[in-house]
Amino acid sequence: MSRPTPKDATLSEVFSPRAIDAAAVGFVLAHLDTAKPVLWIQDRLSRKETGRPHLRGLPRPIEIIHVDANRPVDVLWAMEEGLRCPAFGAVLGEVWGDPAVLDFTATKRLALRSEAHRIPAWLIRRAATAGLSAARNRWRVASLQSLKHPWDSRAPGAPVWEADLFRSRWGKTGRWVAQYDGTRLTFDHGVEADAYDDQRREAEG
Amino acid sequence: MSRLSSRDMDLAAALKQLETGLQTPAPDWAKPKPSGRRILSLHLPRFAMDRWQIMADRRGDSPPADMPCALAVDSARGAMIHATNHAAEAAGVYIGARVVDMRAICPALHLDHADVDSDARALERLMLWSRRWAPWTARDGADGIVMDITGCAHLFGGEDAMLLQIEDRLAGLGLNSASAIAPTHGAAWGLARFGAVRAVCPPDQLETQISALPVRALRITDDTTLLLNRLGLKTIGDLIAVPRVPLARRFARAPLAENPLMRLDQMVGKLAEPLDAPDDPPRFITHARLPEPVQDPTEWIPQLAQDLCADLEAAGFGARRITLTVYRTDGDVSSVTVATSQPSRDAAHLAKLFDGKLDRIDPGYGFDLITLAAPFVEQMGKLQHRLDRRATDGSELAQTIDRLTARFGPRGVLRPASLERHIPERSEQWRPAMAGTPDPAATHPRRPIRLLEHPEEIRVLYAVPEGPPAQFVWRRQVHRVGRFDGPERIAPEWWADKPGTRLRDYYKVEDQHGLRLWIYREGVLGDLRGAEPRWFLHGLFA
Repeated sequence: MSRPTPKDATLSEVFSPRAIDAAAVGFVLAHLDTAKPVLWIQDRLSRKETGRPHLRGLPRPIEIIHVDANRPVDVLWAMEEGLRCPAFGAVLGEVWGDPAVLDFTATKRLALRSEAHRIPAWLIRRAATAGLSAARNRWRVASLQSLKHPWDSRAPGAPVWEADLFRSRWGKTGRWVAQYDGTRLTFDHGVEADAYDDQRREAEG
Repeated sequence: MSRLSSRDMDLAAALKQLETGLQTPAPDWAKPKPSGRRILSLHLPRFAMDRWQIMADRRGDSPPADMPCALAVDSARGAMIHATNHAAEAAGVYIGARVVDMRAICPALHLDHADVDSDARALERLMLWSRRWAPWTARDGADGIVMDITGCAHLFGGEDAMLLQIEDRLAGLGLNSASAIAPTHGAAWGLARFGAVRAVCPPDQLETQISALPVRALRITDDTTLLLNRLGLKTIGDLIAVPRVPLARRFARAPLAENPLMRLDQMVGKLAEPLDAPDDPPRFITHARLPEPVQDPTEWIPQLAQDLCADLEAAGFGARRITLTVYRTDGDVSSVTVATSQPSRDAAHLAKLFDGKLDRIDPGYGFDLITLAAPFVEQMGKLQHRLDRRATDGSELAQTIDRLTARFGPRGVLRPASLERHIPERSEQWRPAMAGTPDPAATHPRRPIRLLEHPEEIRVLYAVPEGPPAQFVWRRQVHRVGRFDGPERIAPEWWADKPGTRLRDYYKVEDQHGLRLWIYREGVLGDLRGAEPRWFLHGLFA
């Protein structure tokens, strides 16, 4: 199934149910198909708790301009500033928790600016609740048990994510099992997602 | 003449010959050399005392004007007088005397400690503040400022009016001052201290004006002054009348401060004396002189930036650094600097960089002069804009980086660059984004997408002999390792690490929730580099 977004550049929010899970980052990077530099803004807590992006671990070489913002309001300011510049291929912001400044108005500003300048904006939210927001797509992304490694039975293979699109302005919401092989992001059907869920429950149980 | 040394006898004999008419007077060797420069020397004879007085006034406990006051400094001979006021001077207290002696002369003397360091700092700031009149200023000893006012005086209504304005402003600050303008630094120095009030010396009157000055005006040490006086040379005119050869022979080896001949050469412009300003005046600078002191410069920045950019464009330059300086009414300056990652002369962009930075300017009681200078510029060609006014040279990215850097600082906007190193945290370097674009890095499938700022130690609950622990605790949560990949052994860099640094065995592990973590064991058992190896978590995979 293809990506359920008719507009190619808009504001999307990705929630990470487990704060330390890097699946959301991988999911967002899988969506970016740009040769332009990417503006990546982290607030202080995101940086301290989950580290910085590691250049060698990216799925493919991306030019990053990284901003160390201290407060969530600085993240929003820098995102708006970045969305004004057509030289950026995408703008990524990471915000920890539910700051008061990240309200409906702030997200609406980001969404409108992103659509006006045709630069995708992604907001990665950790330790957050999905409150009121104007983000056009809202995802919840978590890691699933990875695929089998082709050559090593005891090693984890290609990553698999559970992608739950719980709000979408244009597309249909749903849950998928997302995979990214370095070039193409594929969404498998929700039925299988449930199967993966069962498998995971078994692994836990 | 009995106290003269044998070296001085030669000179004394020459003087004798001059007196008896054996040698012709009026030699031509001290003819001034014309130069287009105009130097202003400002003498602050009671700077330390004036500052003390200003402070006392602010505290509200200043002594009456007729009360003798002095400042003292400690020295090897005990406390010495450092500065005096008029009343103390009239009572016979002089600078350099011992405090106990002066107490005996003047029992009512009010004494305080001099703060020499803070006086020097205040003079430094005053020197910067005096750039409101001329761009090239420097400190001149502990009690003076020297300015190169070549081509500046007409802006203030001529040299006389300029001197009057300077002394007036300084008097308004509570500082006594004396000033003079001359073609050379030496002449201005002498005239300010020993010449007429607000002396202005045109180039053709240089010789006449300096001839009347005492030899002390040559900026020589007291010992040399004493020596010249003993030889009967009281004024500079007397010195000029002496033939050069015996003088040159006598002072051949003397350093500059003891050499009246070299000092005289400097005074008449034969020996170059560059003005030793702490930094060059910027080539591109614009001013806004305000009729009334204000507290907020925001309103003037766009116009200043436009003027500056027009100057830059005319010369074919772009600014890399811009300094906004405000000249406060209380004799101080305050400035804020912003930088750009690419030469720019876009007035709107440069003005925008000051957003939110003006809070750092301390306006004091207000300021009446604002300058915008470009101290660091680079060559920049003319640019063709597209029809929609967008630049075509990638300057938009540079301008965005400038704005981000202006807000978050150069350490807040970074670009990672890949280095050829094995240790993961050393394999990338975070450089300021202003420093330019790094080469693209090669990616590696076995590296995590996130790297923690510092590896975090994990507590092993259930270790197995080979491979990663089966269970461990990280951030108070239990992770049970299902599948794992590894080890990948990364040895320490022996050329960079301390001896005894342990190797690392990295594993990619997947826990019961599907989290893929990058952990490592530091060292192996029995490597003779410490006790039981410890485990750390270093990164997160997608």
